[in-house]
Amino acid sequence: MKSWIAFWNILIKDMRNYYLKPPNISWGLVFPVAWTLMFFLKSETAVNVRELLPGVMSLSILFGTTSMLAVTMTFERRSRSFERLLLAPIDLNLLMLAKTSGAILFGMINAFVPVFFASFLTSLSGIRWLSALGAIFLIAVTSTLLGLFIAVSVKEIFEAQTFSNFFRFPMIFLCGLFIPVQGLPLFLQPLSYILPLTYGADILKSSINQNGHLGLPFNFVILLFFATGLFVLSIRNVRRKWIY
Amino acid sequence: MDILTVDQLTKKYGGLTAVDRASFSVHEGEVFGFLGPNGAGKTTTINLLTGLARATSGSARISGFDGVKEIKKAQRIMGIIPDESNLYDEFDGFENLCFCASLYGMRKDDREKKAKELLQQFGLSEAGKKKFGAYSKGMKRKLTIAAGIIHDPEILFLDEPTTGIDVASARQIRLLIQNLNQKGTTIFLTTHYIEEAERLCNRIAFIVGGKIARIGHLDELMSEVQRENVVQLAFSDGVSNLKPSLEESFPDVAVEVLSNQALRLRSFRPLNLTPLMRFFEQRNLPVYEARIMRPSLEEVFVKITGIELEKMKQEKEGKGKQ
Repeated sequence: MKSWIAFWNILIKDMRNYYLKPPNISWGLVFPVAWTLMFFLKSETAVNVRELLPGVMSLSILFGTTSMLAVTMTFERRSRSFERLLLAPIDLNLLMLAKTSGAILFGMINAFVPVFFASFLTSLSGIRWLSALGAIFLIAVTSTLLGLFIAVSVKEIFEAQTFSNFFRFPMIFLCGLFIPVQGLPLFLQPLSYILPLTYGADILKSSINQNGHLGLPFNFVILLFFATGLFVLSIRNVRRKWIY
Repeated sequence: MDILTVDQLTKKYGGLTAVDRASFSVHEGEVFGFLGPNGAGKTTTINLLTGLARATSGSARISGFDGVKEIKKAQRIMGIIPDESNLYDEFDGFENLCFCASLYGMRKDDREKKAKELLQQFGLSEAGKKKFGAYSKGMKRKLTIAAGIIHDPEILFLDEPTTGIDVASARQIRLLIQNLNQKGTTIFLTTHYIEEAERLCNRIAFIVGGKIARIGHLDELMSEVQRENVVQLAFSDGVSNLKPSLEESFPDVAVEVLSNQALRLRSFRPLNLTPLMRFFEQRNLPVYEARIMRPSLEEVFVKITGIELEKMKQEKEGKGKQ
């Protein structure tokens, strides 16, 4: 019970101090709008908003969570306020769960910004919301843990930003969001399948447009595997690098 | 009874040994000082004891808990005040204290009540509504100490609590430390201010190059270097030529002429003042003041560690300004 008081307060502190700040809220709004507009402007034919939705949602989560967690953790490490959390009598697993929960929630909220805009432009009927929600959650979890992996590997905030882009931009093209995995050159296809976003995007495609190709159960199992693996790896990294 | 026992604690970073087989114990209710220059291993030792760093070898027990396997249990009874204030700039003083209390599982009502009490006790009631980022360095340090004791720890680790802050705040903090100790909190204090250690600590450990050079009560440490008895005498005038006759009359006494009005007498035997006074009276030289000279902790430190204190202080002050 006492640990959960700490968990809840760390989560609220992060939401207040970082995630619900006006610049971050505006980022969450501007980013998906910019992506959608980009496709409208670049496309020579009429753009199907619903076709774009899984991709824009995935990217909103990916960019929101990885940036936020990597930057906030690096910031707290630099200001040494993270030490305060490490020195508190809270199990490290629970502490990291609290730290990542804020970013996961932020990512999930970000995912609904394009859905909100899309609702004015197209019909959203027939979407399987339960599986979509599962995908949103698991994409948020894996992307957040990727952010944590980045945070553990860098010392400065600018490094966190640069290093996150090193992961994120290739993902846009490799995860079948806008170019189907089957349409990628053969030598790049194995790379797609080692990225968790490929499976999350596939669930969203199945849930929104019924055009995923890997099957929902398979995608969920793989994503859960990635989420667990990344969490264990991140905790190990934190223990090894931050409790030195 | 010992609240902290450290046995052969060692920390290596690659080829560098930051803490080298440190063994010591801290008694319940005392103020234990850890004195040493920059890079001596003071902060690393605190990090090892509080769970921020892992020891390469050796062990520590804190209030009966294993310092590695049961560190989370041990952290419940510890308060830790780092050398730099590390609270949240975006929170005000009250929110910072409440947040820190929540990390120890304190319920909302309890933490708010305790936060208010501490703000009042530390003279920060008004500043409690201001963002921490807008605090002065002294206020920041005071709030950081308040945050470290909000859960009523049994042992408080204070890392350089008065470095880089103004004289008035430093004085207030020293008083707060004394008050906390009087209420029963054991204090583990690192400092480079020799006078601070002298004023606050019951026992002191000198640490140099990761090794504990000496541990002891102030009196023990001082007696170690006080091999001679020294008396300083003050006159109105005319003592500069007395050295040969004095040394002839008192062969065990070494005479140092400090000025025409002052002499310093040293002897490995107890100095008997009566014949000395008679000697001066016969020459019509009344003694205005006789002062028994004891070595300062500073002299003890320099003698044991071979480190110049001024250099150590300057290094630290430089760090504080950064």
